[in-house]
Amino acid sequence: MEKELIIRKIRDGIVIDHIPAGRALTVLKLLGITGKEGLRVALVMNVESRKLGLKDIIKIEGRELSKDELSIIALVAPTATINIIRNYEVVQKFKVEIPDVIEGALKCINSKCITNKPREPIKTRFITISKDPLMIKCDYCGTVYTAQDIENMLLRSRE
Amino acid sequence: MSMERCWHGRDVISILDFDRECLETLFNLTLVMEKYSRSRLNILEDKVLALAFFEPSTRTRLSFETAMKRLGGMTIGFTGEEAISVSKGESIADTVRMLDSYADAIVIRHSLEGVAKYAAEIANNPVINAGDGTQNHPTQAMLDLYTIWRELGEIDGICIGILGDLKYARTVKSLIEGLTLFKPSKIYLISPPALRPRKEVLAVLDKAGLKYEHVENIEEVIRELDVLYVVRIQKERFPDVVEYERVKGSYRITVDTLKNAKDTLIILHPLPRVDEIDPQVDNTKYARYFKQAAYGVPLRMALLTLIFGREDKVK
Repeated sequence: MEKELIIRKIRDGIVIDHIPAGRALTVLKLLGITGKEGLRVALVMNVESRKLGLKDIIKIEGRELSKDELSIIALVAPTATINIIRNYEVVQKFKVEIPDVIEGALKCINSKCITNKPREPIKTRFITISKDPLMIKCDYCGTVYTAQDIENMLLRSRE
Repeated sequence: MSMERCWHGRDVISILDFDRECLETLFNLTLVMEKYSRSRLNILEDKVLALAFFEPSTRTRLSFETAMKRLGGMTIGFTGEEAISVSKGESIADTVRMLDSYADAIVIRHSLEGVAKYAAEIANNPVINAGDGTQNHPTQAMLDLYTIWRELGEIDGICIGILGDLKYARTVKSLIEGLTLFKPSKIYLISPPALRPRKEVLAVLDKAGLKYEHVENIEEVIRELDVLYVVRIQKERFPDVVEYERVKGSYRITVDTLKNAKDTLIILHPLPRVDEIDPQVDNTKYARYFKQAAYGVPLRMALLTLIFGREDKVK
């Protein structure tokens, strides 16, 4: 009941549920949502969950993200489920899955990687080499990242 | 068949882009090319090779240039960023686009990692990686493996010791990756603990199921080795000068180091050498590093011939 009071239902948009407790800000960071876009975003952290004990929830109103855009959430929140909402109804519901290739969303921490050179028209690209335990590698410089490294990478790039 | 699949029009970014059959095709053609490496074989007279060396090089650049010229082809290029518009702020992407429009293939070396792959995504013509930061140097590894194959007749079953800075040397990374395409009996990784290969390189060895062991002192393993591959330990890699002074002697090969070596041991080095191999070793039966450097020309002749798909014209 209390949860309902914290976040009311949204009309159109997405609900990202079952985010491991404390990771909601990292998920927003990963999606590139800073709050300056003018989107209505509701965020609840550390609420009770039957499945996870505690969990975070994010609701984003007025924007639908593609399945590809959403799949990268799995890198930091493998348990997350996505609900696509239209006119207050859940029209689609799915679990996030770690993609085989991650383009553009992450930034390689290797300062000698070509993707960090200014003025080059290049997008970052990471290849998933293992899903469990999670390991990805920069397709350009070969630097390997674990789940913890990815979180550190996102924290480091936070302005 | 393997010539077309492996080589025609291909980029050469990492040695792991190729398989054993591809490398054996290359080695067999290199053997043929040895007899032309002092003469001329006019099979690439309509081709221009761009040599884009953003970082200095002696052997790699000159052996590519010699190889292209012995095949009757032409070269254009530069060494160092000062000579070109990159120093005015031009991007690598624009430089590569220009070279791609002038030449039929591009050989590229840069201090940043991933540049060759990036260049290959931009260029329509083949791109050959001649070294990108601490990442890859695939044609050096092909040369190293060829030298072993040529001098010992086999790569399978050999025991190889790789000594020096195994963490930052790109030749070591590419050689280790290349060895996983064959079945060496054992790899000794001889280095101070701080300069062991990076985890992603060891992961390649693990995945291939090759036997390897970290060793700090060459004397423990010298009598077992068929091949000793030496690279330099650079002073600037050590956080502490005292630590460098302490270990540097252990990573210097002298005639004395070799007293328990097998008669058939061969010593390789990608060069340039500074003081990690005593010049007296040059006169022993073990030294093969100058021969290895000399094989660089026929190997790159074979590589260019295959990439341009002209192997049918070699008699």
